[in-house]
Amino acid sequence: MIDLILNDFFWRAMAGGLMVALVAGPLGCFVVWRRMAYFGDTLAHSALLGIALGTAFQANLNLSIALVCILLAVVLMLLSRQQSLASDTLLGILSHSSLAIGLVVLGMMQDFSIDLTGYLFGDLLAINQRDLLWIALGGALILALTVWLWRGLLMITIHDELAAVEGHRTGLLRLALMLMLSLVIATAMKIVGVLLITALLIIPAAAARPLAATPERMAVIASLLGMGSVVAGMTLSWHMDTPAGPSVVVSAFGFFLLLWLARARSPA
Amino acid sequence: MTEPVVSLEDAGLRYGETHVLHDLTFSMSEGDIVTVIGPNGAGKTSLIKLILGIEKPSSGHVRQRAGTRVGYVPQRMTLQPTLPLTVGRFLGLAGGDNSAIEAALARTGVAHLANESVHYLSGGEFQRVLLARAILRRPQLLVLDEPAQGLDVNGQSALYELIQSLRDELNCAVLTVSHDLHVVMASTDTVLCLNGHICCRGQPEQISRDPAFTQLFGEHLANTLAVYHHHHNHSHDVHGDTVP
Repeated sequence: MIDLILNDFFWRAMAGGLMVALVAGPLGCFVVWRRMAYFGDTLAHSALLGIALGTAFQANLNLSIALVCILLAVVLMLLSRQQSLASDTLLGILSHSSLAIGLVVLGMMQDFSIDLTGYLFGDLLAINQRDLLWIALGGALILALTVWLWRGLLMITIHDELAAVEGHRTGLLRLALMLMLSLVIATAMKIVGVLLITALLIIPAAAARPLAATPERMAVIASLLGMGSVVAGMTLSWHMDTPAGPSVVVSAFGFFLLLWLARARSPA
Repeated sequence: MTEPVVSLEDAGLRYGETHVLHDLTFSMSEGDIVTVIGPNGAGKTSLIKLILGIEKPSSGHVRQRAGTRVGYVPQRMTLQPTLPLTVGRFLGLAGGDNSAIEAALARTGVAHLANESVHYLSGGEFQRVLLARAILRRPQLLVLDEPAQGLDVNGQSALYELIQSLRDELNCAVLTVSHDLHVVMASTDTVLCLNGHICCRGQPEQISRDPAFTQLFGEHLANTLAVYHHHHNHSHDVHGDTVP
């Protein structure tokens, strides 16, 4: 069984996708609750810069993506303290600049043939054993942090000052959340690509909202819906020969539509 | 004499070049009820942040007695509707087991709301839920920022009565910020009139005759609350700065 998963590209993709969806569920809830969708996009765009720099310096790509994302998260956090620019303007500047710089740097390296589409939209089926190991390690780390910090993260989301009064280290928790998001984006990039990562974070979480009465249940349902989307998307991709990453996102969107339509039809 | 729960010594706060608060000196012990009043921009919320330790004073000192448990009822708390949350779970996040949560909700008169979503509560219900959450921690210092905002007159006096009886029960110090002068003047032990600094302080009837108070809130309002007149030591110019 394990041999099959490790040696067959389809099952490797499936395993990688399921692990990312599992971790993305609870984190995606925080993105939805804290209105950080644009922040997620910005981090995702900066991942392309990570690829460009990693390729230029012949470093490990997973590592360079994670480092650039983390660096950007820290820069954003420091810049957001000064109030002269609205945070969405700031995000817009960093988001598109890092994407553009990434593309320019990639363009300057003509001797490297890089599959840009793969990075932009994901290349789920190209996941190798080493990628799978990265996803497993990164995923386990993020999941452990999510469980450990859950109550504090929830409190700073509900009310930052109340959290501070109750003894939560609000600054550290915010930083931790940004770092976790950077990590999940770095690992999820292989699966759905730079342009679709935010979708994998927010669509399952948004779809889970009408089904949940507590934050914990919303997080679990978001994980399950994300994993369902991976299975459905991969199946679609296998039978219809569609690109895997977008198929996963389309499946997630399908779940979202179904659940909200069902909600709208049922008497409140 | 035990150490006060919280004490301020010449405390001041400034953001950049703007002095929001200056020369604040006062302290609170268990059982004290202090109500802070003042016009918009007087620094009431900044004072709360100093006392809670969310902001550090830019001059002077603010000391909380070591190990003080603080209960806080924030102003105008808006909850994201995207975050599903029941009243019981909201209290659970503050710590405490189910029976403590039930007891706290019962004490503030909202035990029946434990399984309701926090998003469907009325303003008055939500204030009582926040108060229940604050007393769940058995605070030695209870800080309330405009707790009666948006309540009708009956709701306001009921809430202030509840706060007073909670003080008697928990023997905690209570600091309240309020706009509702009438209710405040009728109930509170000490009024602290703030406008960047402490303009005047004292019993409600004492303060309502203070010229500084009249200056801040207008002749008519002050007269309706006034009983007693006492000595006038400064006035304010248009910027709110003190003029001797």
